[in-house]
Amino acid sequence: MTTTHCPYCALQCAMHLEPGPDGRLAARPADFPTNRGGLCRKGWTSTEVLTVPDRLTRPLIRKDRDSELVQTDWDTALDHVAERLLALRAESGPDTVAVFGSGSLTNEKSYTLGKFARLALATSQIDYNGRFCMSSAAAASTRAFGLDRGMPFPLTDVGGAEVVLLAGANPAETMPPMMGHLSAPTLIVIDPRRSATAQAALNGGGVHLAPRPGTDLALALGLLHAVRVQGWCDEDFVQDRTTGFETAWEHAAAWWPERTEQVTGVPAAHIRAAADLLGRASRNHSAYILTGRGTEQHTKGTDTVSAWINLALALGLPGRQGCGYGCITGQGNGQGGREHGQKADQLPGYRKIDDPAARAHVARVWGVDPHTLPGPGRSAFELLDALGTDDGPRAMLLLGSNPLVSAPQTERVRERLASLDLLVAADFVLSETAAMADVVLPVAQWAEERGTMTNLEGRVLRRNRATAPPQGVRTDLEVLSALAVRLGQPPQRFPTDPDTVLAELGRASAGGTADYSGVTPHRLASGEALHWPVREKEEPTPHLFLDSFAHPDGRARFTPVPHQPPAETTDTDYPLIATTGRTMGHYQTGAQTRRVPELHRAEPEAYVEVHPDTAARAGLATGQWARITSRRGHTRARVRLTPTARLDTVFLPFHFAGDQAANNLTNPALDPTSRMPEFKVSAVRLEREPAQP
Amino acid sequence: MSTVQGASPRQIVVVGNGMVGARFAEEAARLDPAGERAHITVVGTEEHHAYNRVLLSGVVAGDYTPDQIRLPVPHTPGVTVRTGTTATALDTDNRTLTLDDGTHLPYDELVMATGARAAFPPITGVADPDGTPGEGVTALRDLADCRRLLALAAPGAPVVVLGGGILGLEAARGLVGRGMRVSVVESSPWIMRRQIDQPAARILAQRYAALGVAVHSWRVAARWIPGTGLELDDGRILPGDALVVTAGVRGNTELAKDAGIEVEHGIVVDDRLSTSNARVHAIGDCAQHPGGGAGLIQPGWEQAAVLARRLTGTAPEALYTGARPLTRLKAQGIELTAFGQVHEEEDAHGLETVTISDPYGGRYAKLSVRQEKVVGAVLLGFPEAAATLAQLYDTGAPVPADRLALLQGLPTATPDQDREEPTSLVCRCNAVSRTDIEQAWLDGARTREAIARRTRATTGCGGCVRDVQALLSGMQDQTNAPVG
Repeated sequence: MTTTHCPYCALQCAMHLEPGPDGRLAARPADFPTNRGGLCRKGWTSTEVLTVPDRLTRPLIRKDRDSELVQTDWDTALDHVAERLLALRAESGPDTVAVFGSGSLTNEKSYTLGKFARLALATSQIDYNGRFCMSSAAAASTRAFGLDRGMPFPLTDVGGAEVVLLAGANPAETMPPMMGHLSAPTLIVIDPRRSATAQAALNGGGVHLAPRPGTDLALALGLLHAVRVQGWCDEDFVQDRTTGFETAWEHAAAWWPERTEQVTGVPAAHIRAAADLLGRASRNHSAYILTGRGTEQHTKGTDTVSAWINLALALGLPGRQGCGYGCITGQGNGQGGREHGQKADQLPGYRKIDDPAARAHVARVWGVDPHTLPGPGRSAFELLDALGTDDGPRAMLLLGSNPLVSAPQTERVRERLASLDLLVAADFVLSETAAMADVVLPVAQWAEERGTMTNLEGRVLRRNRATAPPQGVRTDLEVLSALAVRLGQPPQRFPTDPDTVLAELGRASAGGTADYSGVTPHRLASGEALHWPVREKEEPTPHLFLDSFAHPDGRARFTPVPHQPPAETTDTDYPLIATTGRTMGHYQTGAQTRRVPELHRAEPEAYVEVHPDTAARAGLATGQWARITSRRGHTRARVRLTPTARLDTVFLPFHFAGDQAANNLTNPALDPTSRMPEFKVSAVRLEREPAQP
Repeated sequence: MSTVQGASPRQIVVVGNGMVGARFAEEAARLDPAGERAHITVVGTEEHHAYNRVLLSGVVAGDYTPDQIRLPVPHTPGVTVRTGTTATALDTDNRTLTLDDGTHLPYDELVMATGARAAFPPITGVADPDGTPGEGVTALRDLADCRRLLALAAPGAPVVVLGGGILGLEAARGLVGRGMRVSVVESSPWIMRRQIDQPAARILAQRYAALGVAVHSWRVAARWIPGTGLELDDGRILPGDALVVTAGVRGNTELAKDAGIEVEHGIVVDDRLSTSNARVHAIGDCAQHPGGGAGLIQPGWEQAAVLARRLTGTAPEALYTGARPLTRLKAQGIELTAFGQVHEEEDAHGLETVTISDPYGGRYAKLSVRQEKVVGAVLLGFPEAAATLAQLYDTGAPVPADRLALLQGLPTATPDQDREEPTSLVCRCNAVSRTDIEQAWLDGARTREAIARRTRATTGCGGCVRDVQALLSGMQDQTNAPVG
């Protein structure tokens, strides 16, 4: 039996893997603080992905764009990739090669991928799908606290609170075992939909506030307004531990509850009631404010998170035991993946790539001249959008990601990918994006290799190997090493042993914000709760900020944030708002979960949640196929009548591909700070799909 | 970002540092953070920085200190604010504005945001012929008025509010909350005459009476007797240490009028928000747009946003085509929203109305619909419906078929009730049905843990632990029950 953690989300539930009666590995929950012995249906069925019939076990290559992918051997595939990369680089310079990573990769892989890009490819053009996930919350946390660790406290703390406010988070659907921590507190759920979590809040005597999509920021300002007027501001905390309250308040001052009601559609009386609920608990230092993608995936996502943090600071929550602000990280290694250098502007240890001291430190660990390190590159969507353009990359290396389904405005992304001279994908199944590649490299899955992940509380965890990869499959580290050598790097610079990489990552991150220098295989194996920073031979840090925040003056900063409308507004042609999200049985682009029969049976196709009146107006009945059209494209989905839905909003899960892809609709307008696309607000119209299959 | 190459920034002068003038500067600063497109000078008579006039009744109520209602000041190189300075003359030929400190400000574009002032009715004792309020009398337009009012009336003292419109009713609610004894006098047949219908006003007046505010509608004031109170036309005297006059406003249009700009009851503007002089613009309460909306802040702010886009050149084609003004009373414990057509009778031009009157509960709703669009509503004590309907009105979206459910804030009933119900799941996270759990019991699972191992139930969110335990003890009881 092997005890490890789930391959999916950032809760990283612990699980036991052992062969079942049929000889194949089966998963069952293990006791661990985050999942408390629980597991959702994705976790229970996770081992089935190891043996899916279309698992890739040999490299694939195509002669040219018009040919089919055919099997080949590793040397042929890698030689071809290296040769093409070198040729393109010679023609167009090092930035002609792009790298696209993932928040699902282990810390060791994320680190090695960043190093590979900067040294073996010498390219600045590296970013990852976490841009679509955590970037707004990360930017806002850094702005407020001087540091970004999703939850700066252990998740178990949350269970003891009187009140928890969840803004744009739906854990009952997306990470069910987390709800075990939310059963005792009274919940305030902010979501345009009566989600499973919103329903749980109401069932437990809590509150559901359903703002019009794109108005969360106004609602947060309205709550801050109500909190102050109703006397719940923690004046001493604001005075002693923060700066900038008054200028932040000037913006909130314009959002009295009645005006907030007009913009958000949330009744003023509910805003006042929520403020009292939150205020009373905060007086006892017993409330948490947690944000999720619903409030973050907007062109003003960073400012919206800042508004929630401002509210938390006014209530005196952060930097104290028993209360606080946190972001619920989504992807399995969404936290570690954003710390070790696969982000365009970053070096390991959450260091800035344009900081000379950071460059000098990392270059020393890597044994290179700091001047040879490239500078910051393009952010994820900008990178995808530049592919194959005049000054954009001509080649891309893709690991652990499926941007053809996860990125906004699918058609545009498809065109850009198609215009590349070379697309190389490392994956374990032929995902929609891998199917477009010139070379596909079959790689190992989570239970077939070792590595570390950093969960939503910033705790570094050990994933253990339970089985050998299928014959012919290599690990990502082996692939990167083999390519690096072919590109002229010394082999010892790209080790393939995860523990060796972890030791080097520790040195590279030492002294940085996310310091892993004290994370060792021994400490991991002992079960020690290693919340970073974990400095060498020092205690880990379960609670951050108790004494001071990470800015030089030790204070947290309020950020003055005004409300802005979404990038796109509704009109008579596109009168509804489409918002996208997740459903229980699927993970991200569904490349894994759509291949698990039990999960596929439960949710085999895209659906759209519509208010019965809105559906009736479009001539749609439950179970019929709807066509949803935005200014960028259309998709089809089966109608689910949802009486609790807002009249102006439809919801689509984004786990499906092709003509059922929700991202056919979405708007690639970006947040100016985090470069997060506006996944959560697209103006659409709803019609009957002409062909009812 | 594009910059204006070679051109020097436009000089824009804003007359008035109230909510709308300040918002114009804020919007312009956001659109032009470096001040490359426009240099803006805001001139305001009051010594304070701009503040939120809408919340003055909250200051009266003690909810806010004056400091807390300050508006943001743009800290950008393109904006200068001159407080304590009054514009005295406008010369549109030479494009200069004269200030009371003797300076002359040249401008390329001038924005009138001079707002409005309280209108004092011609009643003995209320105001001097020059417009100065009489002894014990105050308006409620600015912070000085607030201070004056709070100095005139101590808690427990009687106060008369003259004018039962929105501001008068908000002030009355604030004052009664501070322990004053308040009467409201309204000369129209009912309070909020323009915004709500008579049945609504009757119930609203009852709500005020329950709070201790006496509402006298359709009563004309005869004279104000300082130290005594307000004498009505029927000879009654309402006791009052202070008289708060909230009986309408008059646009501050003199500066424009003297400069030869077209003025009716406000400064006349078109969709470009330009006056009869193309270089002079007007926004907010001093402006008169064909779409109406003066007196409410939302239209004024929308005008400020449109004009800022025009004058900074970021959207020179932007137009203001009128607002859909909405009245939302800010009075603690009373939820009142009104908008659109509320006085028309049913059957007029295909109008359908739904009315709920609940005098005992202090609630009233009237919803007017034409061709499936909301054209007006009065909602007293229907907070959920008010929030939803206001947005339907604003966006012009069609109303749901079930009007009653809508008014009650309930989810619409699903039309096709016969649709297939998914088998009742006990554990939604792992899709475990009651039958699955019973089967597990038959297979020998006797504890929650054993059920979990066999079916996965309770291992997701854990919300079904109690249900599974209830099922278990039910099956236990059945087994233990004597047979026969």
